[in-house]
Amino acid sequence: MATLELRALKKHYGAIHAVDGVDLAIAESEFLAILGPSGSGKTTLMRLIAGLEKPTEGEVLIGDRSVTHLPPRARNVSMVFQSYALYPHMTVARNVAFPLEARRVPRAEMEDKVNWAVRLMGIEPLLARRPARLSGGEKQKVALARALVRDPTLFIFDEPLSSLDAQVRAMARAELRQLQDRTGVTTVYVTHDQLEALSMGDRVAIMRDGRVHQVGTPQELYDEPADTFVAAFLGAPPMNLLKRDGRIVGFRPEHLVPGAAAGSDALRLRIRVLQLEFLGAEWLAYGQLENGAEPRQMLLAKLAPPSAAALRVGEVREFTVERARLRFFDHASGKRLT
Amino acid sequence: MLRAPASVGRAVRVSVGDRDGVLGGLMLAPALVYVVALVGVPFFLAIALSMASATVGDPTIHRFVGLANFGRVLHESAFPIALRNSVIVTTATLLVTIVLATMESELLVRDFRGKRLVQILLILPWAMPVSLAAVAWLWLLDSEFSPVDWLLRAAHLLGPGTAFGPAQHLYYYGREWLGLGAVVAINVWRLLPLATIIVLAGRTSIPRDIFEQAEIDGAGFFRTLFRITVPALASILVVASMFTALVVFGDMTVVALTTRGGPGYSTQVLPYWAYLKGIEAGALSEGAAVALFMFPVLLAGAIVALRVAYRTESR
Repeated sequence: MATLELRALKKHYGAIHAVDGVDLAIAESEFLAILGPSGSGKTTLMRLIAGLEKPTEGEVLIGDRSVTHLPPRARNVSMVFQSYALYPHMTVARNVAFPLEARRVPRAEMEDKVNWAVRLMGIEPLLARRPARLSGGEKQKVALARALVRDPTLFIFDEPLSSLDAQVRAMARAELRQLQDRTGVTTVYVTHDQLEALSMGDRVAIMRDGRVHQVGTPQELYDEPADTFVAAFLGAPPMNLLKRDGRIVGFRPEHLVPGAAAGSDALRLRIRVLQLEFLGAEWLAYGQLENGAEPRQMLLAKLAPPSAAALRVGEVREFTVERARLRFFDHASGKRLT
Repeated sequence: MLRAPASVGRAVRVSVGDRDGVLGGLMLAPALVYVVALVGVPFFLAIALSMASATVGDPTIHRFVGLANFGRVLHESAFPIALRNSVIVTTATLLVTIVLATMESELLVRDFRGKRLVQILLILPWAMPVSLAAVAWLWLLDSEFSPVDWLLRAAHLLGPGTAFGPAQHLYYYGREWLGLGAVVAINVWRLLPLATIIVLAGRTSIPRDIFEQAEIDGAGFFRTLFRITVPALASILVVASMFTALVVFGDMTVVALTTRGGPGYSTQVLPYWAYLKGIEAGALSEGAAVALFMFPVLLAGAIVALRVAYRTESR
C-alpha cells in the first residue's frame, strides 16, 4: 500500500499529445477514478502508471520512490484489463498463481496465497476450469484474484466492468468497491462511465485532451464544477449552460422548476415546453427559451411528477432557479467565476 | 406519412444465384475436377503401378504382381539408408525450422527501426527462383570455391593443423554427414519463410493485453515465451510443422541438385531414390512402390497432427 504521485507527466506520440502535463496525488488506500470521454488520454495515463509506456517527460512516484524508469515488474502494480487478459491455456488455479510463480515465491507460500485470494473472491469451484469456460462475471473474479494474490502496492483497473451485462454490473460495482475497502490497496480506476466513477471513487479526476480538468469528491464535481466542460460532462442530463450578460450561467436540470420564484433574486426564465419524457421516478422536460438573448437555446428540467402533470406541451411557462443554485463561468475560457 | 418511392418494392426475379444447392454445386465443380484429375487419378495410378510389373519401355499395368515390388525394394541395401536419411532430414529440418520460425515471429511482432527491410529479407528465399537458389547454394558450398571454406580458413579453423583440417576444403556435398547437413540447411532456408508466416499469423492473433498482463505479473522474456507464447501458439506450431514435414519428406530437388544421393547411397532420400529408380532406371513399378511406401505413415501423421491442433484450439 502506498501513495501515488504524478508530476508534470507527458506522453507525446509525434504531434499527438496523449497526456499533456498531468499532476496528480493519490493518498494511501484512496480509490481514485479517472473519468473522461474516449480519446481523453486516460488509458495512456493508466499505462504510464503501470509502466507499459515510458513518459516523454515528467515523473511517476509510488510511495515517494520514483519509478519513472522502472519496468512494470519492478513497480509491483496489479492491473486488471478491460478484457481481463486471462491466460487462455491455463486453468483458473494456474492463472491466479502466475504472478507468484513469476516472482519465484516458494511453493507452500504460493499455495497459501492462492487459497486466500481464491476464497476471498469465492471462486473455489472454478479452479480446474479454463477461461473459455467462464462467464463474464467469473472471469472478472479470476482476474481480481490474480491481481490480489501478490499484495500489490497499487491496483489499476481499466474499465473492468464494461464487458459485463447491465444487470451484473451494479452488483460487480459494489463488490469491487467493498474489495478495495477490505484490502485497502490504493486504486486507480479508469472509466468513461460517470455512474461508475461517481459511485465508486473517493475522488474523481476528469480528463480531456490529455489534461486533468478537475479533481475532487463526486459531490464537489457535481455541485462545484471548475469549468464548463466538467459542468456539461457530468450529470445525466448535464448542466444547463446559458449565455447571459457576457458570462455563462449554469444550473442543474433538477433546479429548474416551474412556477413563481421563491426569492426575489432568483433567475426567472420564460420557457416554451417542447416535449415531456417519463423517466420513472421523475419527468424530463425539454424547453426553449422565449425571452433570452438567444431565443432558440434548449433547456432541460428534471421534474417531480406533480409539477410535470401541470405542464402541457406547447405552452409557455415561467420557470425559476434559486440564486444559490446558479454557477457562473467565464465566457471565453469557460473557467468558473466566483 | 413518409414513404419510399414505389419502384423499390417491385418484385425481383429469382435466379440461379438464389438457389443455394445449384450455386454451391457450380462453384465447387472446378475444384472437384481439379482434385480428381490431378490428385486422385495419379494417386490410384501410382497404386496400380506399384502392384504391376511396368517399366518405362512397357508402361502397362495389366500384369498384377501383388506386393512383390514392395518386397523387392525393401530388400535393397539402399532402402534402409534412404529411409533413415529421409527421417533424419525431415526431423532435423522440422526442428530447426520451427525454432527459427518462432524466433523470427517474436522478432517481427515487435516494432523496431528497419522492420520493413528485415521482413523483406526474411521472405526473400520464398520469392527466389529454384534455379537461382541452386546456383547460389552450389557455389556457397562448392568443393573448391566455397566462400564458407574461405571464411573458415581465414578464421584458422580449416587447413593443416586446425580444428576442421588438415584438408583445405570440406567437400560438403561429397561426405555423408556434411552432405545431409547441407541438405537440412538448404531445406530450412527454403521453408523458413512459409513457416514464419504461419507462426506469425498465429502470434499476431494472440491478444496483446495477455503479454502486457504477463509483463505486469512480473514474467521475464523466457517465462513469457515458454509459459504464455508457446502454449498459445501450440496449435499453429503443429500446423506449421505439418506443412514443413510434408514438404521436406516429399522433396527430391534439394538432394538432386546437391549431393545426388552420394557418395554411394549415403545421402540418398526416398523421393529421389524413387525418381532414379522409376524414371532414370526405367523400373516404373518399383519406383511407384518406393514413392508409396511412406504414404500410410504420412497420412496417419497428418491426421494425428490435425486432431491435436483441433483439440488444443477448441479446449
